[in-house]
Amino acid sequence: MASGFTRPLSSFYHGMSLGIAHRLAMAAITLIGVAAIIFVLLRVVPGDPIAMMISPGASPADIAALRAHYGLDASLPAQFVVWARDLLRGDFGVSISLHRDVLELLLERLPATLELAFAALAFAVAVGGGVAVVATLLDGLAIAPMVDAINGLFLAVPDFIWAFALVLLFGVFAPVLPLSGRIDPALDAHFSTPFYLAESLLTLRFSIFIDVARHMAMPTLALGLPLAAVITRVLKESLREAMVQDYVLLARLKGMSKLRLVLQEALRNAVAPTLALTGVQFTFLIGGTVIVERIFAYPGIGNMAVDAVINRDLPLIQGLTLVFGALFIVVNMVVDLLVVATNPRLRHA
Amino acid sequence: MLNLNRRQALALGGASFLSGLLSGASASAQARDKLTIAFNVNLPSFDPTVGPSAVNPTIQAIYRAIYDQPVGQNPDLSFAPGLLTKWGWNEDKTKAWMEVREGVVWHDGTPFTPEDVVWSIERAGDPKNGSPVPFVWGSIDNFKIDGQRITADVKQFDPTIFKWMAFLTGYILPKAYYTKVGAEGFEKKPIGAGPYMVDEYQGNAFLRLKRNDKYWGPKGAFETVIFKFVPDGTSRVAEIESGSSDVTLEIPYEEYDRLKAKPGLAGVCQPITDIGMIFITNVEKEMLDQNVRLAAIYAIDKEAIAKRLLRGYATPIATLDAPGYAAYDPSIKVPYDPEQSKKLLAASGYSPEKPVKFKIQTTRGFKPKDYEMIQAIVGMWRKVGIDAEIEVYEIAKHYELRAAHKLAPMAFYNWGDAIGDPTCSTGFAMFSPSPHSAWKSKDLDDMIGPIWAEKDEEKRIAGWKAVDKYIAEKGYVIPLVQYFQPIVFKSSLKVTPNATGALEPTLVSNA
Repeated sequence: MASGFTRPLSSFYHGMSLGIAHRLAMAAITLIGVAAIIFVLLRVVPGDPIAMMISPGASPADIAALRAHYGLDASLPAQFVVWARDLLRGDFGVSISLHRDVLELLLERLPATLELAFAALAFAVAVGGGVAVVATLLDGLAIAPMVDAINGLFLAVPDFIWAFALVLLFGVFAPVLPLSGRIDPALDAHFSTPFYLAESLLTLRFSIFIDVARHMAMPTLALGLPLAAVITRVLKESLREAMVQDYVLLARLKGMSKLRLVLQEALRNAVAPTLALTGVQFTFLIGGTVIVERIFAYPGIGNMAVDAVINRDLPLIQGLTLVFGALFIVVNMVVDLLVVATNPRLRHA
Repeated sequence: MLNLNRRQALALGGASFLSGLLSGASASAQARDKLTIAFNVNLPSFDPTVGPSAVNPTIQAIYRAIYDQPVGQNPDLSFAPGLLTKWGWNEDKTKAWMEVREGVVWHDGTPFTPEDVVWSIERAGDPKNGSPVPFVWGSIDNFKIDGQRITADVKQFDPTIFKWMAFLTGYILPKAYYTKVGAEGFEKKPIGAGPYMVDEYQGNAFLRLKRNDKYWGPKGAFETVIFKFVPDGTSRVAEIESGSSDVTLEIPYEEYDRLKAKPGLAGVCQPITDIGMIFITNVEKEMLDQNVRLAAIYAIDKEAIAKRLLRGYATPIATLDAPGYAAYDPSIKVPYDPEQSKKLLAASGYSPEKPVKFKIQTTRGFKPKDYEMIQAIVGMWRKVGIDAEIEVYEIAKHYELRAAHKLAPMAFYNWGDAIGDPTCSTGFAMFSPSPHSAWKSKDLDDMIGPIWAEKDEEKRIAGWKAVDKYIAEKGYVIPLVQYFQPIVFKSSLKVTPNATGALEPTLVSNA
């Protein structure tokens, strides 16, 4: 039953639907903007893809023929119109360096990056959240500043430094984890989908699952550790604020243990700001896959992006940029929805 | 019976997972008949005749393993029969002929035929197909097949065409299969006639090859060869140090020295057909002054650069034709003489107090010690009266500027010539019509033009040596060093270094 404070559930869902529709429309406009900007930028920054593949001795006619072969001989607006028209038909073009359909390539490689990014997120949430709770429990003790100091160290070290440190640690000094790739190249593991980790788990092929997980372990740690440190800091601060609120003090007076106070009372209210920030940081984490995937020779879209840039593979760079843009938009939308869902004041506003 | 509560079961599951994670189970066990190479570049495409990868010298190691070439090349750069057993021209060089090897089969078991050879050359010679070197393959046409012999009309005599058959884009593809599956189908499932067959490929991760037991030539030593694509140098060092890979290459020289001294590892570091050089662009007035150019050349202590900066893993060179190339002339010398540099600069009104100023462009990290080399050179120049400003740029920008003849007065670059022919070294780097030349002048073109298509080979090579001498005297380019290629491998293996720099799996065997 609706009170004066709460609206009917149907009205809430109607509002949510409108909100989502509005966000989707804005997302489409943003993506069009991203597409247009990247298209123009790629053609004004130094680095002509044709200049990179001209052989010694090629005549001007040979160069013109190459340019025409890759559709780069038309004017800039004409190229954009052709590209936009093809894009609307779902045709992302053909990669100059890989000679394959760009959309097909993206669909093939994106799952590897998604599995890695979500594994890193899961790790960061579990470890960051756990450390924040423990640090809150230790608040006031002599050991508490040490937790802050160690966390500060983890915050200061970027993902690619972690990557190199992990390579040295688990690759060289104690070589217990594979250094590169997504799966042992000697394995004959045939997959029906590009989601290796999920598929091997769901099909109960545990030896394959462990091999894939081992290959993901170091890149996951490299990406996840800095995010875990961010989560720890934000959540710990939020928990500290929550712990001095009246409802927590009341619960404490009722004799509730500190662990239960943190987990049952404070955490619920502290999670919203952490969630919002984690969402923003997660988009940075996806951006971080470019370098980390390169270091670990992990075959995701980040690694492919580096090669695409080196080769000035314009169709592929454009496709990758759109995918990264779409990922950022989707992540932000999901985070916004989760923040609304977890915050009663926003939910009923 | 063991009874576990929920917490114990979870803990046991977690512990099992972690132990599996860290043990690696049996999945990573190394088989004896398997070779794993931590390779320095990714394989972008399986088509060896089109796109940027077709002109990438490093990738040729993979292409040669899969496709084989019409003309083979030994590790010392000499040529050998490949898919062709004999080749040549008629007396007046108006016709070319090729004898096609019999008994060769494609990886799918179908026979390799002269039609495949003709189709591949015609395809590569058609600019519409995206070949980067149509001018080479298009120089012969009107092919006729008689049994295993192919004859063709020479449209425009190119003395290097048969050498190109062992070089970039010089590969024979299966006509029937390619036309059936198309370009995209071929990318997904490529076949060739080479010593290894594609078994599994994951872009940016690895390529797994299986030995072709029907190969016409010497069989590979390993049943399985895995190329792991590890573009990061630090990761390649870790790959070999941890034992995850058996061989790696192109690592920093410091790491090479360290690793080869470790028990269980060995190394070879030999000169390859890759040189470091500085282009001089004849656009700004400073570069038109011969005194300035020669002063810049004489002021560079190449020995010191090779010895100290590159730890002795480089050979100082005076011409673009390095040792081992067909037109290498050891009698051409360019002295290190800073006093002479000062005199030349003084003659043009410059001194350390009043230096000549210009810009020099370089990559940073694209080649070993590229930026450091230019830093050292700029320091040497400063002492004699040259104040050069360093601009760091990406290699892609270098290509674009060079094609547009807009490089800075001086620009560092590395030049490869895996067939060691002077046309592909001095020729393409210095002849005005080449899109890759930076010094464009009539006097040089007048020397190069007549020998470009010279039919008498001795006369042609002698002509190129004269061109190299003239360039050194005039100071039109600054050749610096010939690079060595560091390869580190398990001491249980034997690696034959390849002067082309292509680490072909057939050159690796059990010790």
